[in-house]
Amino acid sequence: MILSLAYAAVWFSFLSGLLALLIRQRQSVIALLHYSCRTQPAWQQRLDAWLEQSIYPQRIQQMSFALLGSAGICAISAGVSNLISQSIITDQLSLGLPWLPWHVRFDSLSALFYLIIGIAIFAVSCYGPGYVKENNEQEHPFAVLGLFSGLFISGMLLVLLADDAFFFMIAWELMSVASYFLVAFQHEHSANRRAAFIYLIMAEVGAIAIILAFGVLASFSEGGTFTFEALRQASLSATWASVAFILALIGFGMKAGLVPLHVWLPEAHPVAPSHISALMSGVMLKVAVYGLIRFSFDLLGDIHWQWGVTLMILGAISALGGILYAMMQPNLKRLLAYSSVENIGIIFMVLGLSMIFLAKGHPNLAALAFIAALFHAFNHALFKNLLFLGAGIIQHQVHSLNIDEMGGLIKRMPHTSKLFLIACMSISSLPLFNGFVSEWLAFQAALQVDVLDNAVLRSLIPVMAAALALTAALAAACFVKLFGMMFLGLPRSRHAAKAEETQDKGILASLSLLAGLCFLFGIFPGLMLNLLENVALQTLGHGLPNSSAAGWLWLAPVSMQQASYAAPIVLILTLIAGGISFHYLRRDPAVKLRHSDTWDCGFGGLTPRMQYTCSSFTMPFRRIFAKVWRIDEKIDKKSGNMPQQITDIHYQLHIEDHSWPRIYHPIEHSVNRIARLVSRMQTGNIRVYLSYSFFTLIFLLWVIS
Amino acid sequence: MNLLIAIMQTLLFISLAPLLAGWLKWCKCYLQNRKAPSLLQPYRDLLKLTHKQPVVSKDASWLFIIAPYIIFSATVIAITVIPLITVDLPTAASADMIVLVGFLAFARFFLVLAGLDVGTAFGGMGSSREMTISSMAEPAMLMAVFTITMTASTTNLSFAIEHILQEGLVLRPSYIFALFALILVAIAETGRIPVDNPATHLELTMIHEAMILEYSGRHLALIEWASQLKLMLYGVLIANIFFPWGMAETLSLSALGYALLAIMGKLGVLAILLALSETLFAKMRLFRVQEFLSFAYLLGLLGMLSHIILEASR
Repeated sequence: MILSLAYAAVWFSFLSGLLALLIRQRQSVIALLHYSCRTQPAWQQRLDAWLEQSIYPQRIQQMSFALLGSAGICAISAGVSNLISQSIITDQLSLGLPWLPWHVRFDSLSALFYLIIGIAIFAVSCYGPGYVKENNEQEHPFAVLGLFSGLFISGMLLVLLADDAFFFMIAWELMSVASYFLVAFQHEHSANRRAAFIYLIMAEVGAIAIILAFGVLASFSEGGTFTFEALRQASLSATWASVAFILALIGFGMKAGLVPLHVWLPEAHPVAPSHISALMSGVMLKVAVYGLIRFSFDLLGDIHWQWGVTLMILGAISALGGILYAMMQPNLKRLLAYSSVENIGIIFMVLGLSMIFLAKGHPNLAALAFIAALFHAFNHALFKNLLFLGAGIIQHQVHSLNIDEMGGLIKRMPHTSKLFLIACMSISSLPLFNGFVSEWLAFQAALQVDVLDNAVLRSLIPVMAAALALTAALAAACFVKLFGMMFLGLPRSRHAAKAEETQDKGILASLSLLAGLCFLFGIFPGLMLNLLENVALQTLGHGLPNSSAAGWLWLAPVSMQQASYAAPIVLILTLIAGGISFHYLRRDPAVKLRHSDTWDCGFGGLTPRMQYTCSSFTMPFRRIFAKVWRIDEKIDKKSGNMPQQITDIHYQLHIEDHSWPRIYHPIEHSVNRIARLVSRMQTGNIRVYLSYSFFTLIFLLWVIS
Repeated sequence: MNLLIAIMQTLLFISLAPLLAGWLKWCKCYLQNRKAPSLLQPYRDLLKLTHKQPVVSKDASWLFIIAPYIIFSATVIAITVIPLITVDLPTAASADMIVLVGFLAFARFFLVLAGLDVGTAFGGMGSSREMTISSMAEPAMLMAVFTITMTASTTNLSFAIEHILQEGLVLRPSYIFALFALILVAIAETGRIPVDNPATHLELTMIHEAMILEYSGRHLALIEWASQLKLMLYGVLIANIFFPWGMAETLSLSALGYALLAIMGKLGVLAILLALSETLFAKMRLFRVQEFLSFAYLLGLLGMLSHIILEASR
């Protein structure tokens, strides 16, 4: 039953892709439908009216997204029911090569990620119809978008179901290649084509690393088979296990966007349509996290603490680097993409912590860190989707993604701004919202470091906890800036002054759903933690240190004496305090608000250009962390006739990631150089080519004999 | 009974905060050879502001109007979990020290947004600086907090203070580092000299005052009160974590009375020290603040490491 729901999710998303292909085939669709209900002429007429020429494309779009929505519902119900029942379901599909059937396995870990994807695609399916309506059908055909979205989503779902390395890689490639076409969807800009190309290269290099990792594992398995069952039994020496782990880390890390393998991410995520960026950033990165968890915790089994340290340090670099780069971005979607790098960094850090505890023989604490990491993955999917979907609305209204051209939108777009504010508060990990809970759990896990016997680890982990604290504080600064510059202040451009709230109910419903979930799991995290504990029980074999850790009211992962958090009580206290102060101060009748001009130091004439901008807001950070970026700052002053008189000032600021000039440009140059060397062999002369074949033949004959 | 004590204590905390601000001002005036205002002047100011008609900019949004209430209630939540006079505080279980730091961040989030809302250069300036300082102060604060929580092996403030009280007077190097880290953070977070000057209005160096420049009437009263609460909060944290002696361990009337006297005495001494340092030191340049806070962070880290190396059981 659960498995058929899981299959249904894949089928529905696949069908939604196929349905999108029919958008230009109205005549044939009508003919087919007429034929199928030829006995009921009344139905035929109703069909004709329903699929009228002018609204036909919209109908197809709506139905395609409706199928996607049902895929989402199926995925959510499959995920939740399996998380509750904690069953492991296996199956074989006789697809692919005859002697290599596809193995399917649906356990709690897959179910959790099914749930994450399900929520995300359900939100996207509500959002989609209103969003793609404004696309230009000639330039950007919906058939392409819909088809590849369907393939992309079914690919992600299949990755979670895979139980052998072949099936896993096929699904993985389906996901990567389909998403390449989505990134390249708006291909009229050369920057987008370049972004898509970089994405494809890095996805394929990553895939090679993953294949190698599976290969290393398979060569130690019984009979060299590639089923996960056999790979689980494989016994590796510590060195080979580490080699396999490093390869998997490179492969999955490239997809997840670990620094310095993240460079494709800020290029590719912003150029896709917003609901696709939401899926890529919120969900696809999670599939990579899933891959790493599956590979290291499940398949490799014996965890070494050194891996945990590696993961932790890489995670910390990604988290800090991601948020510092994000802070400097003037482009809204690039900022969000960099912030995904940060969140993935946090998830990896906490996973590393879990590995350390596991390797050192503290499985309950490992489960705590593991649950914190998974919860953060879940939370990030919620609020990052919300942010990207919100960015899509704003892009439609302001016709730009440049934050410095927004401002004052809180008055023009009241609903969007409230929902966006909730997302910003969750991602800044403020209490009462879900982002805080996962971070709190991570801190609680890190504070249990006293149980370790290695003094280096005992001093390293608190430093990492402090890095996490710094990341959280910088994230708050970044998202305060984002919300402040986008929604508050005065409009900074003509479009921003004329922006209007979106009228589409589906768009607002999907945003409200995500925002509601952010708040719900911030107040009642126990709901989710009980499900996550089942995942830990199945994957690690151990649950939280405190068996009654996650009630509906209290959260006490270790013990009540050590730490506890009761979000509902805190919420009630906040409401009481706010209510009393509000009520009491409103009582005086003489204190009605008076509206007046903003205070302008008595000079008059405040203009929107006098406001702080993105770059001025982040200027102190730019000075303090100057070494993190490559900053190119230019001030051009034109002097007038009079001495000391300045008529014109131009300010230019260009900020770049270190990874391009330091790592990727050298690689690019050396690849080009090698290509040039190789091209010397290609003279274009047929006699030379014939002699190559001749000598090769001689050489091979010599080898064989 | 316990719950009643918790409510009483919160109300006591809220009502004593302006007195502390008044006492601080009094000390400072005395040190600087000025005539001091009455100790009750902050209460009069708050009362006056609540009766004044608030003027709100035409460009302000709903966020500007609700922000003071949010800031005030978030700060109140933060103080409900801090033991003021009794050790055993039931509300401390609902939110631990990390949540406390989180609620201070919550209040700051809205204060900064309110500063950006009207769209003046002053507001943006204050907001940008506040976020810079706080994002460096928060990790330093958490480092200091972690040192304490690791010795007491709990993040619950009530249990942590109980642990310290039961342990008696032990000289722990980690605590000394943590104490100094927390003092530096407190100075930065409450906007005192040398980080920010609470007495300035309309100067290009101001931080806190720049953000709240547009506020008036009851909104200003709430924000002022919240910042007085924050000052007292840090004072109580320092006094009760590092010098918890005198706090009521039983719920008898005399113990509570002594505890009240003790905390007022401790806060009074802390205020004198703060006034002294504010008189002796000058405000530093904005970009020196990062060195100040990195030093705080370093102290927190040293505290943590000295706990791990010197004091841990293994």
